[in-house]
Amino acid sequence: MSTTPNKPVAGKKSDQGFVYLPLIAGWLVPGAGHFLLGKWIRGTLLAVSIVAMFALGLAMQGKLYTSVQDILGLLGMAGDMGTGLLYLVSRALGLGSQPTQTTVADYGKVFIVVAGLLNIIAAVDAHNLRTGRKS
Amino acid sequence: MFHPSHFAAVLLFSLFASTVFGITMRDTPQRMFRYGAYCFILFVGSAIVLSWVMLLIAR
Repeated sequence: MSTTPNKPVAGKKSDQGFVYLPLIAGWLVPGAGHFLLGKWIRGTLLAVSIVAMFALGLAMQGKLYTSVQDILGLLGMAGDMGTGLLYLVSRALGLGSQPTQTTVADYGKVFIVVAGLLNIIAAVDAHNLRTGRKS
Repeated sequence: MFHPSHFAAVLLFSLFASTVFGITMRDTPQRMFRYGAYCFILFVGSAIVLSWVMLLIAR
């Protein structure tokens, strides 16, 4: 068997500053974790993809989960909150508050939830870059 | 209000999800692009196949 695949690579970046900053920044603002690490192209592509998916979801009149009624609501809200500040700002502006009445609005709801889940993946990727698990 | 067709929604969803998958799951730009394209084809292809299966079941 080979050595452990997730062993952190010894590097200058790994022992400087707050190690969770890219993770938290990436969660709050899509792509920000990669920007902090100087990965400008990756960060831009991630930000464009996630923000576009979220915006298209709202444009399709997708609903933002605001309260938990059942287990599906809990999962949906967890997905929505993955978009960080996008979710909080949208709620503050009253976006996505209308009930789902059309098929397209149902697509929009899924777009918003998946945008949040993708943002969590992107934030964890930024954390892995920061710790040296990924190059 | 944005009203895409079901297939347009599939294409948009696949494009954005594949972009994030490609960037986060691979290390080098070339492998990222290849994996992203692979995911995109799988997303769209599976949607088309499942659509035909559902059509045949409904008949």
